[in-house]
Amino acid sequence: MALFLLKRLGQGLVVMFIISTIAFAIQDNLGDPLRELVGQAVSEQEREKLRDELGLNDPFLVQYGRFLKNAVQGDLGTSYFFKEPALKVILTKLSATLELVFGATLIIIFLSIPLGVYTAVHPNGFTTKLILGWSILGISIPVFLTAILLVYFFAVTLGWLPSYGRGELVPMFWGWETGYLTLDGLAHLVLPCISLASIMLPLFIRLIRSEMVEVLSAEYIKFAHAKGLSRNRILYIHALKNTLLPVITVGGVQIGNMVAYTILTETVFQWPGMGFLFLEAVTRVDTPLIVAFLIVVGAVFVVVNTLVDLIYGLINPTVRLTRSAQ
Amino acid sequence: MALLEVKELDIQFPTRFGPGHVVRQLSFSLEKGEILGLVGESGAGKSTVGNAVIDLLSPPGRVTQGEIILNGERISGLSAKQMREIRGRKIGFIFQDPMTSLNPLFTIETQLIETLMTNLDLSKEESYKKAIELLSAVGIPEPEIRIKQYPHQFSGGMRQRVVIAIALAGDPELIIADEPTTALDVSIQDQILNLIRDLCKSKEVGCVLVTHDMGVIANTTDRVAVMYNGELVEIGSTQQVLESPQHPYTKSLISAVPRSDIKLKRFPHVDYIEKEQESKKTIDVKQHWLGQRQLGEETDVTNEKEALLRVEAINLRFETQHAFFEKNRKYLQASNNVSFSVMPGETYGLVGESGSGKSTIARIIAGLYKQDSGQIIFDGQEISSMSEGQRRSIRQQIQMVFQNPYSSLNSRMNIFDIISEPIVFHRLANDKKQVSNIVSDLLDYVGLGAAAAVKYPHEFSGGQRQRISIARALATRPRFLICDEPTSALDVSVQAQILNLLKDLQDELGLTMLFISHDLPVIRQMCDRIAVMKQGSIVEEASVDNLFTSPQNPYSQELINLMPNLDNLSREGLDDLLV
Repeated sequence: MALFLLKRLGQGLVVMFIISTIAFAIQDNLGDPLRELVGQAVSEQEREKLRDELGLNDPFLVQYGRFLKNAVQGDLGTSYFFKEPALKVILTKLSATLELVFGATLIIIFLSIPLGVYTAVHPNGFTTKLILGWSILGISIPVFLTAILLVYFFAVTLGWLPSYGRGELVPMFWGWETGYLTLDGLAHLVLPCISLASIMLPLFIRLIRSEMVEVLSAEYIKFAHAKGLSRNRILYIHALKNTLLPVITVGGVQIGNMVAYTILTETVFQWPGMGFLFLEAVTRVDTPLIVAFLIVVGAVFVVVNTLVDLIYGLINPTVRLTRSAQ
Repeated sequence: MALLEVKELDIQFPTRFGPGHVVRQLSFSLEKGEILGLVGESGAGKSTVGNAVIDLLSPPGRVTQGEIILNGERISGLSAKQMREIRGRKIGFIFQDPMTSLNPLFTIETQLIETLMTNLDLSKEESYKKAIELLSAVGIPEPEIRIKQYPHQFSGGMRQRVVIAIALAGDPELIIADEPTTALDVSIQDQILNLIRDLCKSKEVGCVLVTHDMGVIANTTDRVAVMYNGELVEIGSTQQVLESPQHPYTKSLISAVPRSDIKLKRFPHVDYIEKEQESKKTIDVKQHWLGQRQLGEETDVTNEKEALLRVEAINLRFETQHAFFEKNRKYLQASNNVSFSVMPGETYGLVGESGSGKSTIARIIAGLYKQDSGQIIFDGQEISSMSEGQRRSIRQQIQMVFQNPYSSLNSRMNIFDIISEPIVFHRLANDKKQVSNIVSDLLDYVGLGAAAAVKYPHEFSGGQRQRISIARALATRPRFLICDEPTSALDVSVQAQILNLLKDLQDELGLTMLFISHDLPVIRQMCDRIAVMKQGSIVEEASVDNLFTSPQNPYSQELINLMPNLDNLSREGLDDLLV
């Protein structure tokens, strides 16, 4: 177990090193940070001086070496716009994004499992066709359109739910502010979470359905019937657990994806999260912030995948044993 | 009153072409404590009958007519809920493959106790006690420890014992066992069958034993019902049916069973089974391409006294557990100092249980694995240390027929491409026209007909696919053919045809064969000399008659003793075929 985590940590470091290299390598092509940083009135000499001070005139490798040296000490550079450490800026926004992803994940879990099982058990029913047809629709409609439609109906026309921002927040630890503890905060979460979930939900329903169909034809399910067990026990204990093994693996990657791609949802709902921040950073050519964002997202992926592998090991006894034997 | 009565049962599977009858007008009955064998080849409908009794036909199959009566009560046509009361409590079911009939994610305890709690309305503690009793009753040592484990921690035989324990958990009056030992080794098979037999006799439980194996029928059942194409063709006491079968199908089925007591030149023709048997085209081997040798090969006049293949002190171990430090790694010795030699024109048999290392040797000879130490000498040359380029001409001379005809043919290639590929690769033909002539001749030669060339593998049955594999192996004009369990995936009638074909080929082409099988009677029919393997080593080497009449090594003796006793089988029509 300890060995496994250590191995994962090593792999994570390699991944983040590669990401930082790529991110750093493309920053020269993103535009001139000075144009955004200083006003029109600043003369060319002053610009050149500022470039020297920021180290932008040094050769690439020197700049990269400096960056790595600082990065190892936890300093990913200072945001040009916020004039604050880039990592700190991102981490203050991370909580908003994670809350959004958490809500969307809950929706996905509580809808995809029953719907997936239902469509697998009744493959030819009318409801099944309805669910599957709708899921094609869900995959085909882009997130921003879903989001705009939701805002139009529930916020503008009906006026039931707020359309932007996070509402009333309760401070937690380490600067984390949560919207899950107030009614207003929860109301603000509903629409963004639904629109973020909308693109993944059909995928999960279909994934669970196809895995479940396969598991239901397995011999041990037939044996469970022959044992005289009740239908619910066979479906929800015997079959579902086996169904979820591959779903967990895919699910982990997809949750990582959601963290990285909340940009569209956050933009439509003016959600003060990481995605929104990233978009702003790109328009402002705030390179340290962009690089830091990519590294943080890489770290989220590594952490989520490690957690997924651990959960997988808990469910699947064969994996757990080979690992403890190592 | 009979325990189980099946009356005029009809089962249909609706297909695109209208309703397909899988079982027609089937009637039989079973008494308490009696074991009834249900025997037939694949597609005969025997498993379907077993599934119909507990109402677990896979959709869209359904019972369209007839009655199933258990202890005087009609159980066909009950509601799903009523049927659930019967499954487990009155009827226990044992499936074929113990590797797949237990849920891999739950401990044995969970799977046993849920059955006990459902069927006997026991509390958790009582169920646990009963579970331990059941596990010891089916012969699982240290049940208190084993019950906490997961299925993958059990061997195949132990898992089947667990399955039997679960099937018995609800104190059923009837057990349906669907091929309960087909996936197991012969020594385990013997134990499991004895266990089923003892349990049936001591608890007065009736048992329907579905199997394709005449040996299992002969040793275990009291009565036997023979099914063919969905119909019951013969039923009677086991002794009577095996010794003097009445129906022509039963007769041909029994004559196709490989015998361990006498060696036959060929298996008798099983015309009843394959009605449209294509006749095998004979080829004048001296004139034909198949009989020619390649340039350069002709000069190697094979010395009749010298072995064609010598395997010398082969060792190979696989790493079963990797670790950073050498001392923590674990290995499996797959071949341990294996040496033997095969004379030209001879069939050499390798026999042993699963995991004994027979296939490993075959793969080393074919160059699919590389040994750790030792030599393979083919026709006087050491071949395993050759470069890939030198090896090519050797590969052309050594060909292999694999066990599973369903996975050994590329399903995206048509038969012409499959067979012509080695001819083109080894540049054995002068032009395209010659290649296509050779392929048609080969297909005729193995009894498929040249028209098969444009078809794809899925259009053929298992036996026909194995003929394709043989044609593909012959396409390089090999001198040495390795057959790795070539018939274990096939029905006995098809097996008889394939084995006959191999014998014909050997006679006509002078092939030398290495024949690998776990099935002793098949080995007896096919081989001249035999090596018995156990855990990677050869424990005994003998001529076929010596091994079967007076085995020397204790392990060989045990294997021979465990072989199902078929001495009483009818010998009708075999007298002309005796060697």
